[in-house]
Amino acid sequence: MAASPHTLSSRLLTGWGGGCIWYLERRVTRESPRRFLHLLRNVNQQWVTFQHFNFLRHMYVTQLNRSLKQQIKPKPEPAESPFLEKTSLDEAKAEICEMRPLVPPSLSLSRKPSEKALIEPEPTSVIEGSIDLGKETKEEKQWKEMKLRVDDLPGILARLSKIKLTGDSSPPEPPEKPLDENKVKNTALVVSTTSAGFALAPAPFDWSCFLLTFVGTGLASCAANSINQFFEVPFDSNMNRTKNRPLVRGQISPLLAVSFATCCAVPGVALLTWGVNPLTGALGLFNIFLYTCCYTPLKRVSIANTWVGAVVGAIPPVMGWTAATGSLDAGACLLGGILYSWQFPHFNALSWGLREDYSRGGYCMMSVTHPALCRRVALRHCLALLAMCVAAPALDVTTWTFPVIALPINLYISYLGFRFYRDADRKSSRKLFFCSLWHLPLLLLLMLTCKRRAGEEGTGAPQS
Amino acid sequence: MAPRRPAKRLVTALCRAFSGRGCQLAPKRGAERRDAAPSRVSRFCPPRKSRHDWIGPPDKYSNLRPIHFYIPENESPLEQKLRELRQETQEWNQQFWADQNLTFHKEKEEFVRSRLKAKGLDLRTASGQKATLNAEEMAEFYKEFLSKNFQKHMYYNRDWYKRNFAITFFMGKVALERIWNKLRPKQKKTSS
Repeated sequence: MAASPHTLSSRLLTGWGGGCIWYLERRVTRESPRRFLHLLRNVNQQWVTFQHFNFLRHMYVTQLNRSLKQQIKPKPEPAESPFLEKTSLDEAKAEICEMRPLVPPSLSLSRKPSEKALIEPEPTSVIEGSIDLGKETKEEKQWKEMKLRVDDLPGILARLSKIKLTGDSSPPEPPEKPLDENKVKNTALVVSTTSAGFALAPAPFDWSCFLLTFVGTGLASCAANSINQFFEVPFDSNMNRTKNRPLVRGQISPLLAVSFATCCAVPGVALLTWGVNPLTGALGLFNIFLYTCCYTPLKRVSIANTWVGAVVGAIPPVMGWTAATGSLDAGACLLGGILYSWQFPHFNALSWGLREDYSRGGYCMMSVTHPALCRRVALRHCLALLAMCVAAPALDVTTWTFPVIALPINLYISYLGFRFYRDADRKSSRKLFFCSLWHLPLLLLLMLTCKRRAGEEGTGAPQS
Repeated sequence: MAPRRPAKRLVTALCRAFSGRGCQLAPKRGAERRDAAPSRVSRFCPPRKSRHDWIGPPDKYSNLRPIHFYIPENESPLEQKLRELRQETQEWNQQFWADQNLTFHKEKEEFVRSRLKAKGLDLRTASGQKATLNAEEMAEFYKEFLSKNFQKHMYYNRDWYKRNFAITFFMGKVALERIWNKLRPKQKKTSS
């Protein structure tokens, strides 16, 4: 156990406390001379921080001799521990008082006359629950100053925006579990689907337009995710999946989260409206509204939130398409439809394993309230995906090769959807969820490779 | 030099000297603990020279992280209002979630016990571990618990949104006030 750096440049209590601290330091210095070197230099003039006091007390408890009848109690049950912690501070005072006779007289302490008065009422009790002191000190070490460090800000804002596709590094906290929302519902996914929509649109690929769409959608997604986290702090705290989010950990204030969201939303939507086209801008704004003001509150009110959330997920590729073509046509709707249907096996499978957390946290999810419906809907939409892949060439989005080569993966996800429907257990839900994670990118990639080029013969008129 | 203080208020004095009025203190903890929703107030006191709030580890019962609010010497009325609102919201949240989580665990235990009994099984398995029901059996409990607490959550949601907006709004006002004070040093408040 190391003292944190700032407590080393600390100050000493005068009086009996000072004498005891001095003694403790002497003892501790034998074991760790360097740590307290400059503390000893300031021994008569300064005040020690409470953390330093705790550190010394801990060192004392774990290292000093047993002549003071130190007893180690077996680790108490949680219900008892608040009581023990309450009394342990009094006992710590008592143990400090016991140390007083060993204070060397060379240290001039102005409060010496009062020390006797302090000590008399305290019984020299046996030190109990040294483990409690260790536990309490450990708990106190976990307190963090709510000071915004500029170096950490990019990482914090990235987590606020749910940017990363994979688990990000958050060293002091336990690693996030695999089924983590951060890994899936995030800005990277949104931006990828938008890019796919842009690329699939039957228009010449314009890099500047693409970049503007990319950035604009990314900013809009960051804004939406930040507001979502802003609304959900106490709920996120109570769910394993989301308890390491920046607002929950106090790394930023709600005001900063809202400001960040505004600073992302305004340029993002402006970029889409004036840099790309008004339709895309309007869709972006609508999506932010849908996600923050409809989906997020609805999660706690009705299972309809899943359908609203599916629409939220379906809009980005439509935005990509409208950014490229400037119009909302059948191809855009199909692409939106594919993303919409994909959300159900993905989310329903994910939510199957989180029923306890949803129930305790008060979230209205199909997996809790209507489990049969949950599985039915997941299967239904797996089959809808298959059907829409067949419709893709009919709408001139892709060639007829596409439904053929996409058939294996569509059949596989439908099979897993069926297994989930029939078995209704954690294993089948996890399999379906993980399948959905690779199914979507692969499907979009296949669509891209089978994209119907301009001027090719198709069933419909070529798009301009 | 610290003035004389009686022994039992020594800890009080220590904390107060270090961090001001907001420090939560061991002697008062007994009165603050409630059986229905124990809050297990931490006796943590931030270092004296810190001028920021401090946030602690998640509470055992509510999973919420307690914040120890810093009280500056020249705290304006608006800042005080914000701090009090945050403190009160923190306590309200703590109360709700500790209560909610404890109720959940208690009812879950009762459910498991009653189901095991209905099945004629022991509460402990042969290896001595607690017997559990599988996820599908528990699902019934989760559904029932959610619907039972639906109304409670509705009220909580409404209040939480209101408070969250109010806190953020006041944070904005305080931030603007501070910026204003920095830009207009002549009009710096001396009253508080």
